[in-house]
Amino acid sequence: MADAKITFEQVLHVAKLARLTLSDEEARQMQEQLDAILGYMEGLDELDVSNVPPTFHSIPMDAPMRPDVPERCSDRSEILEQAPESQSGGFAVPLVLEVE
Amino acid sequence: MTAYEPVIGLEVHAQMRSRTKLFCGCPTEYGAPPNAHTCPVCLALPGALPVPNEKAIELAVQAGLALECDVASHSVFARKNYFYPDLPKGYQISQFELPLNGKGHLDIEVDGETKRIGITRIHVEEDAAKNIHGAGSSAVTLVDFNRGGTPLVEIVSDPDLRSAEEAEAYLRKLRDVLMFIGVNDGNLEEGSFRCDANVSIRPVGQEEFGTRAELKNINSFRFVKKAIEHEIARQEGVLQSGGTVVQETRTWSEGQGKTISMRGKEEAHDYRYFPDPDLPPVAVTEERIDELRAVLPELPAAKRARWEKELGLTEYDAGVLSGHPEIAKYFEEATRLFVEQSGKTNKDAGKKVGNFVQAEVLRHVATNGLEALFPVAPSAIAELLGCVEDGTINGKIAKKVFASMVETGTAPKAIIDAQGLAQVTDTGAIEEEVSRILDASPSQVAQYKDGKTNVIGYFVGQVMKATKGAANPKAVNEILRRLLDEQ
Repeated sequence: MADAKITFEQVLHVAKLARLTLSDEEARQMQEQLDAILGYMEGLDELDVSNVPPTFHSIPMDAPMRPDVPERCSDRSEILEQAPESQSGGFAVPLVLEVE
Repeated sequence: MTAYEPVIGLEVHAQMRSRTKLFCGCPTEYGAPPNAHTCPVCLALPGALPVPNEKAIELAVQAGLALECDVASHSVFARKNYFYPDLPKGYQISQFELPLNGKGHLDIEVDGETKRIGITRIHVEEDAAKNIHGAGSSAVTLVDFNRGGTPLVEIVSDPDLRSAEEAEAYLRKLRDVLMFIGVNDGNLEEGSFRCDANVSIRPVGQEEFGTRAELKNINSFRFVKKAIEHEIARQEGVLQSGGTVVQETRTWSEGQGKTISMRGKEEAHDYRYFPDPDLPPVAVTEERIDELRAVLPELPAAKRARWEKELGLTEYDAGVLSGHPEIAKYFEEATRLFVEQSGKTNKDAGKKVGNFVQAEVLRHVATNGLEALFPVAPSAIAELLGCVEDGTINGKIAKKVFASMVETGTAPKAIIDAQGLAQVTDTGAIEEEVSRILDASPSQVAQYKDGKTNVIGYFVGQVMKATKGAANPKAVNEILRRLLDEQ
C-alpha cells in the first residue's frame, strides 16, 4: 500500500493508545479498512470550505445548562456491587505504581 | 561558563466553588466517605449524559474577568483521551481549541518592581478521581470518585516568569485573586489549588526557548520555589557537562529534596482531543458577561491601593490586612463602625484599627480555606477603641480588656466596669490617693526634697498600683508635682 492514507505503524500506534492487541494480520486488515474509510472521506476535499466556520457540533444549538442544585447521589453499595472488586468503599483496581 | 536564564510557565488547576459537580448534581463537598458522592454521570455508566453546571461556567467567566481575559461568546468542550484508573470514561472532558477565556494578564511585584505576566488561556474541565495506592496490606489501588467531575479552571500562564521567586509571587497573587472573588478556596493542603510548572533554561541573550521539563506535584508555596530552583540547577548541570535536556515530566520529591523523572508516562501524551459530541457549545451572552463583571468583588490589589489612599495605611499594613478575604472584610467593618461611633476621620480610624487588628487580633485568627474564625466581632473592636478614644481607658489597658474579651466573650464596656478599669481622671480621687501615699512614704518625700527628683517615678508607680493602672498618667504626674512642692 504505497500511497496509503494510514500507515501500518500508525495503525499499531492507535491500537496501542486504545489498549488493543492486534495480530499483524488483524492490523493489516484494519489498515485496509481504515484506508478505505479515509479515502471515502477524502471526497469532502473537493468542497471549498474556506468560508465555512468549523462545525463543533452536529446540531446547531447551545448547551442547555443545569442550575447548581445538589441532587441525590447513587446508593454507594449498589454502585460498588457492580464493580469486579471493591474495598473500604473504593473501587479496587490492580496497583498503579507511581514514582514517589 | 555560560550564564543561563530560566524560562518558566505555570499551569494552575483551581477547583471552583460550586455546590455541585461540572456535569452532574453530585455535591462537591470535601470529606464525604469514599464514593458517597457519585452517580451514573460521574461514574461514566453507559447512557449517562453530561449537562453543564451554569454556576461553574459563570465562576470561570469571573476568573477570566478578574485576570482581564477575553471571554469567548462560544466555547467548546473537548475530550482528552487517556487511560488511567482515575478517569472512568477513558477521557477527561476539558476544552481545547475554543477555551472559555482567551488572553489575559496578572501583574506581580518582585523586589519592588511590577511585572506583567501574560495569561495564555483559562479553560474549564472536570477533575479526575482520587487514587489511593497500596492502601492497607493489599496490593491494589482504590479509586474514590467523589472528586471526579468537580469543576476546575486550568489557568495557563505565558512563559513570562524568569525566576523561582517570580513563580512564587505569581502563584500567591493568583491564589489571592481567586479567593477574593470567591472562585476558589485557596486550600493547597486539600488540593483545591494545584500547580504544574514548565521549566527550561537558555543562554542569556538567546531568543529561542530551551527544552522544557514539566514539574508535577508541587503543591505548596514552599515546594514551588524549591522545586523550580532545583530544576533550574539540574538543567544547568546537564548543559554545562555537555549533555542535553530531554523533554519529560518530573515530579518533586520533598523527601529526597529533588525532582525525579517520571519517564514511561510519556507515551500517553497523545490525547487525540476532539469536540465532545455529547456537549453542544457553551454560550455566554455579552449581557451576562457584563452582569458578572458588575458583581465581581473588589480585587486585592485594588483594595490595597484604596486603603493606602483613603485609610492612610502603609503598603506593608495594607498587605497584611488583605492577606485573607475575611480579614480584609473584618478590618473594613471595624473601621467603618469606629468612624461611625467616634466621628474620627477615615485615615485616623484606619490607622488605629489597622494597628490594633495587626498587633492584637490577628494572632487569634484561624483560617481554613475561605473561612476565618475571629476571637471577637468587629463591632467589639470598634467599641473598645472608642473607649480609648474618649479617654475611658488608655492603650495599655485596652490590651488587657481585649485579652478578657477573647477569654470571656464579654463586651469591652462591661469588662471595664466589672474590673474597674476606667481611667481615674477625677482629680479629687487621684489627689486623695497621692496624699495617702506621700504620708506613708516620708523617706522618699525627703529624698525628693533633697533634689533627688527621680524618686517621682516611685510615687507614680505607687499610685498606678493603687488604682490598678486606671489613673490617667498625665493627671497623676501633675498632681504629684504640685503636692510634693507644697510639702
